[in-house]
Amino acid sequence: MTDTSSDKSASSGRGGASRSLFSQLELDLRLLGMIGAFLLICVLFNILTGGQFLTPRNLFNLTIQTVSVAIMATGMVFIIVTRHIDLAVGSLLATCSAIMAMTQTSWAIDLLGIPLGSPALAWVAIVVGIAAGAIIGAFQGWLVGYLTIPAFIVTLGGLLVWRNVAWYLTSGQTIGPLNETFQLFGGINGTLGATWSWIAGLVASVAAVLALVSARRAKKRHDFPVKPMWAEFAVGAIFVVAIMGFIAILNSYQIPERVLERQFAAEGLEVPAGYTASYGLPISVLLLIAVAVVMTVVARKTRFGRYVFATGGNPDAAELSGINTRLLTVKVFALMGALVAIAALVASSRLTFHSNDIGTLDELRVIAAAVIGGTALAGGIGTIYGAILGALIMQSLQSGMAMVGVDAPLQNIVVGSVLVAAVLIDIIYRRRVGG
Amino acid sequence: MADAKTPDVIDRSGTPLVEMRDIRISFGGIQAVDGVSIDVFPGEVVGLLGHNGAGKSTLIKILSGAYQADSGQILIDGKPVTIRSPADARSNSIETIYQTLALADNLDAAANLFLGRELTSALGLVDDSAMEAETRKIMARLNPNFRKFNVPVSALSGGQRQSVAIARAVYFNARILIMDEPTAALGVHETAMVADLIKELKAQGLGIFLISHDTREMLDLCDRVSVMKNGQLVGTERVEDVTEDDILSMIIMGKNPKREAA
Repeated sequence: MTDTSSDKSASSGRGGASRSLFSQLELDLRLLGMIGAFLLICVLFNILTGGQFLTPRNLFNLTIQTVSVAIMATGMVFIIVTRHIDLAVGSLLATCSAIMAMTQTSWAIDLLGIPLGSPALAWVAIVVGIAAGAIIGAFQGWLVGYLTIPAFIVTLGGLLVWRNVAWYLTSGQTIGPLNETFQLFGGINGTLGATWSWIAGLVASVAAVLALVSARRAKKRHDFPVKPMWAEFAVGAIFVVAIMGFIAILNSYQIPERVLERQFAAEGLEVPAGYTASYGLPISVLLLIAVAVVMTVVARKTRFGRYVFATGGNPDAAELSGINTRLLTVKVFALMGALVAIAALVASSRLTFHSNDIGTLDELRVIAAAVIGGTALAGGIGTIYGAILGALIMQSLQSGMAMVGVDAPLQNIVVGSVLVAAVLIDIIYRRRVGG
Repeated sequence: MADAKTPDVIDRSGTPLVEMRDIRISFGGIQAVDGVSIDVFPGEVVGLLGHNGAGKSTLIKILSGAYQADSGQILIDGKPVTIRSPADARSNSIETIYQTLALADNLDAAANLFLGRELTSALGLVDDSAMEAETRKIMARLNPNFRKFNVPVSALSGGQRQSVAIARAVYFNARILIMDEPTAALGVHETAMVADLIKELKAQGLGIFLISHDTREMLDLCDRVSVMKNGQLVGTERVEDVTEDDILSMIIMGKNPKREAA
């Protein structure tokens, strides 16, 4: 539990009957604040758009629009926690997208002789893209860690370099349409449908409850104080309701009739009378959830994650404890690069093609998501779930304003101001709780 | 207390636990440590004294693996060893408690105690509960009033932080302990606690190098003192052979008046 300094200091030090309801639940106050802000934005835009914002269709779109930035934000947490910054993620996304697009439309076909349209092309492209992202990230990490060039400079250079490497690779052309298997990761073109979505929700609920049970057992085994049983049940119930509610919302977004007609017509059939189908959980969102779970485990339960937070908290102490902080920097940037490549997969397949300007200004959105999500720029503090919530808040602000019809320049002015205000609120909050 | 000290009972006839021989290191043309040799025997506390910049901390950082000597030899139990990193030092049972308290402020006591040597479960994941349990055990011995196991160490007092740093050395069964100004940031009561701890560790047969500016404290705690000036060793004396004034003139003038007279 390295990255939840604030909730811990809030919930300890006081004992017995004076403990408040929140401290008994051991919920993170910051997390509650962010969820509150998100709900406030949703309700506000729902009123302003006359009920258009909180429709299953819009919530579905909101989630698939958030995925790309959210995946990168989880990596940015590690970068910022180790006191670095990565300004090149948007450009690197374009390079990874270009590499994946070129692999599946040209390189793999020419070099490996895989026929056009084969699902294998998508997988080769994904593997090549992620490897390229990790290698480029590792290279930037090496410049930062071993050659001690500030990350700000390395990635500021990278911002220009990788945008134009992408251009060079594709000769400035838009590459598409992308492979059909590849497009499954884009959102609307790859969803689980109602039944599998419910199953995914059930699996997630069971996993969440099991995680709570095993955490309680581990504490009991060592005779540590545990939460009262009712609090455990309350937290478990909140998790299950949230997961199943999310699935229910996605499942209530029906596939429009003309889309169904087209799908059936493709197989030479007519749509049966009264037939409906749901999109359900997009594969891209499933991918984000998988990334979030893996990154959270890495942050809290692996030595690598522990060293990331230790290095952010006190680089000298980390080094004197025998941690190779230079190699750690390379690993953190390589991980960021791999996540950028996964985000590139989602972003380009959502568009169904690679374009030159893909990922433009994403570095800003990603850093903003991490920072709004409570990652401290001074290093040492940050959470994965916070960064994802931050990305969701940013995206709902942007989508909401677009739906209301706010002018584009005004949208950007608001987003920029929200970022600064969020950091101010964070500073005040930290001062209060002494985190 | 110096007069209450028992006569020298440390057996210095055998092989020293640690011997640093003719150590030299320079930074940008400045000879920070110039041919210094020191040693410590099991159950002995050797104090290093000198002005700021005399080279004490640099010398000791060579032993703890933070710096590498340009030349010279380090012997443990009479056998030459190579120490290139803090990890090398640890694998030779050398633990260091730094002046600046090398703790990660954002992590809790257990995460700091085990930093770099985390306990892991069968799956290779860090086992926080097991580490907290071990931390509770060792702290019950060293600092029974310690309660703040679940907060970042930034929320601890200077003495509590120091006890975490000492617990780290004790837990991993150090044979050689380096303490760089261990009481500099502490109050009177906490200083006394650290002094008691040093005596207990000494009784357990550890060899301890102690750096401090407080000459009187050094005469209380140490068995021998080595005085450095301008990167060179002025001399090493048994505390029962010297007075505080002798030590001060070694520090300031770079010579021992008694030896000069003899």
